[in-house]
This record gives sequence, C-alpha cells and structure tokens, in this order.
Amino acid sequence: MYALKIRNLTKTYKSGVQALKGVDLDVPTGDFFALLGPNGAGKSTAIGIICSLVNKTAGTVEVFGHSIDTELEQAKSCIGLVPQEFNFNQFEPLIEILAGQAGYYGIDRDTAYQRAEKYLKQLSLWDKRSSVARELSGGMKRRLMIARALVHEPRLLILDEPTAGVDIEIRRSMWQFLTEINQQGTTIILTTHYLEEAEKLCRHIAIINNGQTIESTGMKSLLKKLHLETFILQLTEAIETVPVMSGYAFRLLDEFNVEVDINKGKSVNEVFIELQKQGVLVESMRNKSNRLEELFMNLVEHDRA
Amino acid sequence: MKMRQQYIAFTAIMLREIRRFMRIWVQTILPASITMTLYFVIFGNLIGSQLNDIHGFKYIDYIVPGIILMAIINNSYANVVSSFFSAKFQRHIEELLVSPMPNYLIVLGYVSGGVARGLMVGLAVTLVSTFFVDLPFVHVGITITVVILTSILFSLAGFINAVYAKSFDDITIIPTFVLTPLTYLGGIFYSVDMLPEFWQSISLVNPILYMVNAVRYGMLGVSDINIVTAFTMIISFVVALFVFALYLFNKGIGIRS
Repeated sequence: MYALKIRNLTKTYKSGVQALKGVDLDVPTGDFFALLGPNGAGKSTAIGIICSLVNKTAGTVEVFGHSIDTELEQAKSCIGLVPQEFNFNQFEPLIEILAGQAGYYGIDRDTAYQRAEKYLKQLSLWDKRSSVARELSGGMKRRLMIARALVHEPRLLILDEPTAGVDIEIRRSMWQFLTEINQQGTTIILTTHYLEEAEKLCRHIAIINNGQTIESTGMKSLLKKLHLETFILQLTEAIETVPVMSGYAFRLLDEFNVEVDINKGKSVNEVFIELQKQGVLVESMRNKSNRLEELFMNLVEHDRA
Repeated sequence: MKMRQQYIAFTAIMLREIRRFMRIWVQTILPASITMTLYFVIFGNLIGSQLNDIHGFKYIDYIVPGIILMAIINNSYANVVSSFFSAKFQRHIEELLVSPMPNYLIVLGYVSGGVARGLMVGLAVTLVSTFFVDLPFVHVGITITVVILTSILFSLAGFINAVYAKSFDDITIIPTFVLTPLTYLGGIFYSVDMLPEFWQSISLVNPILYMVNAVRYGMLGVSDINIVTAFTMIISFVVALFVFALYLFNKGIGIRS
C-alpha cells in the first residue's frame, strides 16, 4: 500500500492561476521521499490539498488508502504536517500547544501531556516548555513545529522546508532525528531547497515544475542519469596555462584552482596521472556543486525549454 | 472520530479558549464590571431616581436585566470574533484544519469559549448589581436558558464576523455600527410600549428585543413580548446562525483558498 497516492491533481485559484496541472505521485509506505521543485512550482499547494488546507479543483488523493473525498477524517488522522510558515499561537506556552494539538486528535489529556513531554525532550525544547512560543529562536520554532506534528504519532509526516533558515548544527541534528523516526516506521515526505539534504536523506524523489510532475523515481536511479560531473582541483603549486588533455575539458579558475568536466564512464585516476605527467600536482578535490543540484537544474531547464 | 474522541477534542478547544481569556482577565472580564457599574450609578441611581416606574418597577430595577444581558452579548461576541480572527491571522487555525475534528465541533468549540466568557462576565455583573438592586429572579430556569441561548447566538455571530474579516478593522466595524445600535435600541433602557406604534413595529425586527424581554421576564416577571414568541425567535436565530456558520466553515470561506 502507498502512504500517499495522488492522481491527476489540479488546482486553479480564484485568481485564475493554475497552480497544479495534473500531478501524479506515489509515495511507498515507510519511504523517505523528497518532493522538489523551484519556488512557485506547486509543492506547497499540493501539500495544502493533502492536508485539507487548500481545496482541490480535481483529482484524487489517498492517504494509506483513505480518500480525502470519502474518508477525510481517517486520512487526516494519518498525517502530521510541518508547514513552511510558523503557524502556532505565539502567545501560548509550548506544552499547551502540543497538548492542545493532541487533544484535537482525540488523545486524552494524560497521554497528551506524556507525548508532549516525550517530543519536547527529543527535540531539546523541554527546558522551554513553559515559555510562550514567540520567545523562541527561529531554530527552536522549527523544532516546535516538528514536535507538534508528531504529538499524535502520525504514520505520514510531511515537512515543507523544515530546515529553511536554521544553522547547520541544528539542521544536522534535525536530519538525524528525522532519520531515526523514519527508521521507526514513519513515512516522511520532505520538500527542501537544500538538495544535499534530499540526496542525503531520501530514497525516492519527485520533481514538480510548473504544476506538473516532471520526474518521479528512486534517488539512486536518478543520480545514475547524471552524465557529467564537474570537479574543482586545488593545486599545490601555481600554474599559468590551462592543462590540456584529450577527452577532458579544463578551465583555469585562478592560479591555484582548475575546473574539470568528467563524463560518466571516464576515470578520475586518468586525470591525476596525466596532470602529474605535466608536472601539475593536486592537493585536494571537490564537487563543483551537489550532484542532485545539477540534475535538478537540467530537468527544470529542460522542462522550461 | 468516535464520540469520546470528539468530546476530548471539543474540550481541548474550550479549555484553550477559557485559558486565553483568563490569561488576560484584566482586558476581558474586568472592564465589563466597571462599565456596568457606571451604568448602574448614572442611569440607574442618578438619572433613574428622577424617572417614573415602568411596569411597576423602579427604573434601575427595570434596566438591570438588560444591562446584564448587554454585557453577556458584547463579551460573547468579542471573545469569538477576536479569538477566531487571531487564529486566522496567526494561522494557527491550521492546527484545527489539519486535525480530524469535524467542522461542526470546531464551530462549537469556539462558541463554547464565547459562552464561557459571556457567562463569567454575566455572573460578575450580576454580583455587582446586587449592590444596587434586589432582583427577584421570578423564573430562574427561563433566565438561565435565555442567557445561555443569547450567549450562543452572539458567539455564533462573532464567529461569522471573524470568518469574513480580512483585517482587524473588520472585527470592530460590526460591533460598532450594528451590534451597539441594536443593543441600545433593543429595549434595555425603555419599554417598547413607550414608543410610537410605527417604531414599535420596527423594533420587532431587532432580535435583541426578544432576548432583553425574555431575560427581564425571567428576572422580574414582566415582558413587552410574549415569552413563547421570544423563545421561538431566539432559538430560530440560533439555529439559523449555526447552520450559516457551519456552511461557511464547510465551504472554507475565509480560511481555505
């Protein structure tokens, strides 16, 4: 069974803007799924429809087999949402926000407070439990929204850019936490603009552009499609001319750094050997950009063309 | 959701709403007591002592039921309109929209908060009134029922106002330009029998007239309106507003794009 199955989902706003033009999506149960797309692609609209925050125009959405048209309550019970914008009562204490949210799912008061304690502790917010939400830092607010989304222990957790604007330390701790709850059986859908995050965490990926699904596949099979990778080589000694090598394109960035495009199937070792023959020694090497980022840009630009 | 889960969800909203207005009780509970004390002193004692009795009651006795009801109306309305609009404005209404709670329960949850504040303020004003008058409470059951129904009715009205509101200005326009005139013209400070026949007929379209007279009947035993007619009108308004509020919520007007 799919955790989420979407067919031909469309949304036209009253303004006439067609945000979704027939999105199809299959998210396997237990998956860690990346939903990517440029700003305005329709990701948040799709999430809004799944979570009943936006009315759909047409199409079907099923959450663990429950249609949002005929079994909305069951479908909603399965979902926990971490939205892009802060959407909690700024004047309410954290513990009350979580216990209240559990209450809306019919969870009794004692269990609600136990769960609130559990998730506030797991997300390092327990010390702040009596503080009102507006007193929290940006990173704490993001973690509060994750804790709130988990308090009814949903089978499907949807995170809409959860790490936007948080520092790398908090981001990494969030990655670890999300990986753990995914390993415990929670299906996770993640939208993010940090493609490194998607590559690191997710097993499947869908790319939405201009209101349509332009790619939906496994992360590994998508990355295999990458035909060309660009590396930046830092040199031990300064050079003045660009190294020349058959089958490889070099570009001189500055006297200590060169950029080289390596096609799929070509060996990086060959580059090192040939450079050494030419008296150029490499001190270190790194990818010019994230591999997924390159693919993402290729797909989106191809779709636009 | 099963019945027990619905009960838990409903009480979660109700308790949150009660906590909200109790947290700021100086702004929510206290002002009505002070304002109404001024009404008792100025309109009741100072001016009222110069006026003739109405329907066999001293002027201050005659106006007290209406003044208590006015406090209940204003506070029930204000609680829901500000709380629900604030939830829209801060977007934490989404906490409820993503939950499996049925829509009618969300409406009732907000209404329960308005009723709780209305009753609390009503009780406070009634206690204050005991320093000025000795209300006989002829029909206690009728008094309590009218007070609760009125509180429900104006909580629903506040909810509908908040659904349509797009700015903080929108939640003050209706109370200022509609609610206050209707309240003052609803027979709190006079009997409609004192009006010319034309204005008596016009007054009959004012729903607050029925509530003021029904509560006056409960407290003093006199009314300008037949009590059965009054109850029929109040219940009809409650049902109509509840159906309308639920329709708006189901359609997602003002809350879902």
